[in-house]
Amino acid sequence: MTTKTENQTLFGVPENSMVFSRKLRKSFGSNEVLRGIDLNVPAGTVACIIGPSGSGKSTFLRCINHLEEVNGGVLLVDGEFIGYDYRDGKLYTVKDSLLCRRRAEIGMVFQSFNLFSHMTALENLIEAPMMVKGIPRKEARETAFALLERVGLAEKAQSYPRQLSGGQQQRVAIARALAMKPKVLLFDEPTSALDPELVGEVLVVMRNLAQSGMTMVVVTHEIGFAREAGDQLIFMDQGVVAEYGDPRDMIANPQSPRTRDFLSRVL
Amino acid sequence: MSLPDARVPIERLVVVPRRQYGLWIGTAAALLVLFLIFKTLATSPAFGWSIAGGYLFHPAILRGLGQTLILTVTIMIMSILIGAVIAIMRLSPSRILNSFASAYIWFFRGAPALIQLIFWFNLSLVVREFSITLPFIGTIFSVKTNDFMTPFVSAVIALSLHEAGYMAEIIRAGIKSVPSGQTEAAGSLGMNHRMILWRITMPQAMRFIVPPTGNETISLLKMTSLVTFIAVDDLLYAAQSIYARTFETIPLLIVVAFWYLSVVTILSVAQYFIEKYYGRSDVHQTRPPNWFLTRAFGWRREVPGS
Repeated sequence: MTTKTENQTLFGVPENSMVFSRKLRKSFGSNEVLRGIDLNVPAGTVACIIGPSGSGKSTFLRCINHLEEVNGGVLLVDGEFIGYDYRDGKLYTVKDSLLCRRRAEIGMVFQSFNLFSHMTALENLIEAPMMVKGIPRKEARETAFALLERVGLAEKAQSYPRQLSGGQQQRVAIARALAMKPKVLLFDEPTSALDPELVGEVLVVMRNLAQSGMTMVVVTHEIGFAREAGDQLIFMDQGVVAEYGDPRDMIANPQSPRTRDFLSRVL
Repeated sequence: MSLPDARVPIERLVVVPRRQYGLWIGTAAALLVLFLIFKTLATSPAFGWSIAGGYLFHPAILRGLGQTLILTVTIMIMSILIGAVIAIMRLSPSRILNSFASAYIWFFRGAPALIQLIFWFNLSLVVREFSITLPFIGTIFSVKTNDFMTPFVSAVIALSLHEAGYMAEIIRAGIKSVPSGQTEAAGSLGMNHRMILWRITMPQAMRFIVPPTGNETISLLKMTSLVTFIAVDDLLYAAQSIYARTFETIPLLIVVAFWYLSVVTILSVAQYFIEKYYGRSDVHQTRPPNWFLTRAFGWRREVPGS
């Protein structure tokens, strides 16, 4: 297994990089969804990925924490591969226990929330810290209450997911991801399944997180969020990064015709 | 917005449900049939109620009941364990494991229970003895099939293997009913396969596994009466032994039915509470009281404040 510094020289990872991808490829059968993704998300910054449906943005996000296996290229989180180990010019798939340990450092928030439906909000938050990290129940509960407080749902600790609105469920899901104290938080269209009046409460939580210095990669259709909270805007189209840069500049003055075309349709 | 005045006091309009005459006729017919049945039961001497009452707590009957319960519990536990293994094999990405599990279910669920029972009881006709022989050391273990394949053991093996075919399908369906997003979310939190199966998938699958398993337990309880064929002294066998001597056939069958029904009742109540436990995360919508009376006769209790 190579160290973080070795990886940085071997693959040309910049200093202070949290998520780094180079020539990343992924196919489903004969359908090539990612055709060489190059990008870098520095630690403590927020990257927003936009693009038409089918452009591969959700697939890319799922590759970051190895929910999908890649077919080529490299993807490193904090200078480490997630599902692989580099040895003698080859990437070896790691064993289950190591994959779990690395995944535990990457939080993910899903479009459909995916809260454990047989557990209360509180149980959702303490499950992984207790099972995966072996944190004692009392300590896990204290952290969980603090996090629920932070997303404004302290009074819903004993509610089951079915008793919560979509916006509340998504805020609990964010708190659940935070309970593992992740290095980076991935958001897969976190507001797309919500009624329009519930989108705001989730975006407030995300904006606060961004301000607190959390590294975030956000696949979204909320251009407004990207403009205000994003440090970097990435436009993906047909499995490649078509354009990236400062969100305000890019939205005001897109360089690529494809970006211009897409933005004119969503703004 | 100003509308023209209405001639009817709209806020005092009453909604009258439709009278369902079919329900009235059906109810009357059912009551008539019930009356005829009870009349026969009460007046016909063939039922011999007092004789049945005398045998209810007969030591042989109670011993038989105990044997039936032990059989049911043992077989159910074995079939859940075997069924879980088969179900997990059936869901495995390996083609070989998958085909093996499918073949198991096809055979053991497909062949009639009684035939499997008689086969295992007569296993010594196929395999005379079981032995482990190691090279250079010789036979270290040997046992004659007839010595351990007692009626009870063959009953447990045969019915467990048969019942496991059903349980495998029930457990597989339960596991598949849990959305894949649950597994993904747990995986993204760093939980491993074992934790995901036992902490996330299984507790949610239980809501779909418990009701059919309850049915299976009830059906198994009654299926154990098949063991009478290979002379296991269960409840039915005990009753048969008595009426073979006394010819009090009907009263003893009543005793047997009484005990089976009692156990089924207890099992149903237990099932209700287990289902309630696993369904605790649901927000329940229950039918209002007096629903039937409202539908059938338009009878309605005034609800204050509505």
